[in-house]
Amino acid sequence: MSHGNGGGEATFKVFRGDARKNEEIEYKVPVEPGMVVLDAIHWIQANRAPDLAVRWNCKAAKCGSCSAEVNGKPALMCKSRLDHFPAGEPIRVRPMKTFPIVKDLVTDVSWNFEVNKRIPAFKPRANAEWKWQQSDIDRAQEFRKCIECFLCQDVCHVLRSHELKHQFAGPRFLVRIAALEMHPIDGEDRLPFVKDQAGIGLCNITKCCSEVCPESIHITDNAIIPLKERVVDRYYDPVAMIWRAITGKNGKK
Amino acid sequence: MERYEVHEHDVLVVGAGGAGLRAAIEASAMGCSVGLVTKSLLGKAHTVMAEGGVAAALAHVDPQDGWETHFRDTMKGGSFLNHWRMAQLHAQEAPDRVRELEQWGALFDRTKDGRILQRAFGGHTYKRLAHVGDRTGLEMIRTLQDRGVHQGFDVYMEVTLTRLLKDGDRIAGAVAYRRDDGGIVVFRAKAVVLCTGGVGKAWRITSNSWEYTADGQALAYDAGAELIDMEFVQFHPTGMVWPPGVMGLLVTEGVRGEGGILRNRQGERFMWKYLPEARRHEYAADEDEARRWVEAAVDAKQTNDRRPPELSTRDNVSRAIYTEVKEGRGSPHGGVFLDISYLPADRVKRKLPSMYHQFMELADVDITRTPMEVGPTTHYIMGGIRVEPDTGAGTVAGLFAAGESAAGMHGANRLGGNSLSDLLVFGRRAGAGAAAYAKGLGSTPAVNEAEIEAEVADLLAPLSRGQGESPYDVHKALQECMQTLVGIYRSQADLEKALEELERLRGRARAVRVEGSRVYNPGWHLARDVQNLVTASEAITRGALLRKESRGAHSRLDFPNMDPQLGTVNMCAVKTAGGMRVSPTPLPQMPAELKALFEPAKEKVG
Ligand SMILES: Cc1cc2nc3c(=O)[nH]c(=O)nc-3n(C[C@H](O)[C@H](O)[C@H](O)COP(=O)(O)OP(=O)(O)OC[C@H]3O[C@@H](n4cnc5c(N)ncnc54)[C@H](O)[C@@H]3O)c2cc1C
Ligand code: SF4
Ligand code: SF4
Ligand code: FES
Repeated sequence: MSHGNGGGEATFKVFRGDARKNEEIEYKVPVEPGMVVLDAIHWIQANRAPDLAVRWNCKAAKCGSCSAEVNGKPALMCKSRLDHFPAGEPIRVRPMKTFPIVKDLVTDVSWNFEVNKRIPAFKPRANAEWKWQQSDIDRAQEFRKCIECFLCQDVCHVLRSHELKHQFAGPRFLVRIAALEMHPIDGEDRLPFVKDQAGIGLCNITKCCSEVCPESIHITDNAIIPLKERVVDRYYDPVAMIWRAITGKNGKK
Repeated sequence: MERYEVHEHDVLVVGAGGAGLRAAIEASAMGCSVGLVTKSLLGKAHTVMAEGGVAAALAHVDPQDGWETHFRDTMKGGSFLNHWRMAQLHAQEAPDRVRELEQWGALFDRTKDGRILQRAFGGHTYKRLAHVGDRTGLEMIRTLQDRGVHQGFDVYMEVTLTRLLKDGDRIAGAVAYRRDDGGIVVFRAKAVVLCTGGVGKAWRITSNSWEYTADGQALAYDAGAELIDMEFVQFHPTGMVWPPGVMGLLVTEGVRGEGGILRNRQGERFMWKYLPEARRHEYAADEDEARRWVEAAVDAKQTNDRRPPELSTRDNVSRAIYTEVKEGRGSPHGGVFLDISYLPADRVKRKLPSMYHQFMELADVDITRTPMEVGPTTHYIMGGIRVEPDTGAGTVAGLFAAGESAAGMHGANRLGGNSLSDLLVFGRRAGAGAAAYAKGLGSTPAVNEAEIEAEVADLLAPLSRGQGESPYDVHKALQECMQTLVGIYRSQADLEKALEELERLRGRARAVRVEGSRVYNPGWHLARDVQNLVTASEAITRGALLRKESRGAHSRLDFPNMDPQLGTVNMCAVKTAGGMRVSPTPLPQMPAELKALFEPAKEKVG
């Protein structure tokens, strides 16, 4: 038997406190069919710990607010069904590790918003034709599914273990840059930014980010690798360099 | 006295959904210093959840479409209680606002000739909804957010406004608190634009998030502004009904727009029974015609076939489902069946990807093989803050509103897709209106220290109270009250009972005790939210009592017909010394040239 078939009870071990002072507190929660971790957290708030801090909005995996680490794995709480965890074992819920803790399950993710501001904005080419085929935008649309849950940022070792936030924009923002670069009408040149400020060279393609993305965006294969290729073409490929010198074209798109 | 930080702006925009972001972009582009405040993080507002699309008569799929038809559809959908001028501006300007989004980087789905694709939705004569699969709101909010961060306004994330401040009879600013540390923030501003969204958390079964606690409506009301037509609350016909954890979660109308069929437990396609006689000619006559229409829709082709009965207006479909269930023809979990599994699986997955995943992951249902179970859920409020159509100005000087927190655009019932376009059209107008007003004022009005102190004391009181109920219990009792007594079908006796109960709940809400500190404390946040919900619920209930008729989303068991007299008034709530007063006020009159659009000869039946 697993959790979530109704009638039963599940045990939660929830991180409570902040970076200075914290503990793992155990709560027993009655289980209903189809229940998700966020339901359990809400039950705990309403019945046991009214000040338990958590972020959520949609409860439908659409807003990316309820990110946490459930049994050690970065996940959306509103998408983590209890019956997918082994029955009888406690479910551990902790805040994302890569960001400073505010309280309980809430972390300070403001760094991400600062990174976003620095990305050169969408800039349509002069005299562009505002007509294009669906196939021209399938790629970019994939990236625009991003709900900014920052789970990929949480799991990426460049940010998580090496704490290189000042040098590396992280997978979320490489996805965002890829969406802009693959926009059929965009005319901005972001490659210097990708290379120097976004620090794409620091990514060593481990694909951990792609694995946790709740929107199933192929972050590494479809966004990061093509961006890396463009950087290599521009800055390190001698043939392309000569071609550019002759034609004056920068090789974009 | 508590210390607080002070920020000063020409225009303070409250709410970072579609309406707030669009307002902030406009006011800032007009050269004002703008502050944008939101209870959540940037990009998480309700608008992010909108699925189906944004309505605009671009005429890309059905070339016969035009603003006149969109205007007519909107007025008819709203049972003519809409402010004609808002419906007109909306229909005329929505196409430009959608094209503008595209120019700011949005990537809408395409037609075969490379333009923005449009889909069908309930109550719209033509295929009119520009969309991106079923995540249109995300595309819209991200486009506005990314435009906004380069626009140069200040964003205050996770800051909640709790009171508007006045200097004499005009707006002077607001009091707020930061969620992360509970610190108090005072904003000084010449103009405030409220774009705080709806009220759905007053009901137990709802598609709305925790943010929908009627803050804007309650703030405006307390500052002396008029609220109108609060009784018109939209129950979306298709929320999930199973499993219990996801009850109320929205199933986009896009499913019906793409050909979804509603059936009862006997397999009967029941919607034909419920089409209003006067509108029957607008819908397919039989299964064959409905199927031909779907085939044309799948190919985004023009057709002379009429749309399926499932694409009737939301009020109508909600009541139909409610009646089927009540008369014993419902599905096992108390809803009805919505079936799109007869269409090719790859098409369903492409056009409705989030619905596919939502049912697969949360309900173990593969919608490409099995019908969904659905039932009505609280979704949207048509009523709200009374505004001037052209400028978004409220009835207090310096106060503006747009989006779901404002009223007038949708009348008695909102057509799907008309909200996202409403946000763009009136968000922009309110931003411009507020900027123009702020520029006209010389100096920033003065804020009153005593008023701030009183508000801060009130706000902090639950934290130091020795005893009292939990705010969660009061919220639960409120939801139970509204769910059972002020739902889809209303009656005099129920509404009176609700009023008495709300009176008690007001007292309970003011006496709650909150545990813990001010640092990110959801219990403390809820303590204030519940008070706002009680205020809005009272306006809804009082309006519903006075509206002794059934019109649009408001259905009275004891008055099942429309009353022509009540078709000429809005119900208007104002704060008086003796409490809330709700009374009818006359509806503005449509000019002759717009009236002429409804003469039979001019109405093309599509
Ligand atoms: C699931 C779902 C699907 C929908 N699909 C569609 C659709 O396909 N087409 C369509 O047209 N409409 C749709 N709607 C309706 C539409 O999404 C909403 O009506 C619209 O997004 C409201 O936008 P808004 O800008 O008015 O408010 P919101 O986007 O809700 O933003 C409100 C903002 O106000 C802030 N706020 C609230 N109170 C305070 C306070 N006290 N202090 C500070 N900030 C505050 C919040 O933080 C938030 O930023 C849908 C709604 C839902 C729930
Ligand atoms: S693939 Fe790159 S961005 Fe993704 S987790 Fe690995 S290092 Fe980080
Ligand atoms: S790319 Fe995926 S994991 Fe990363 S923030 Fe976006 S949705 Fe979340
Ligand atoms: S609450 Fe929105 S993603 Fe979980």
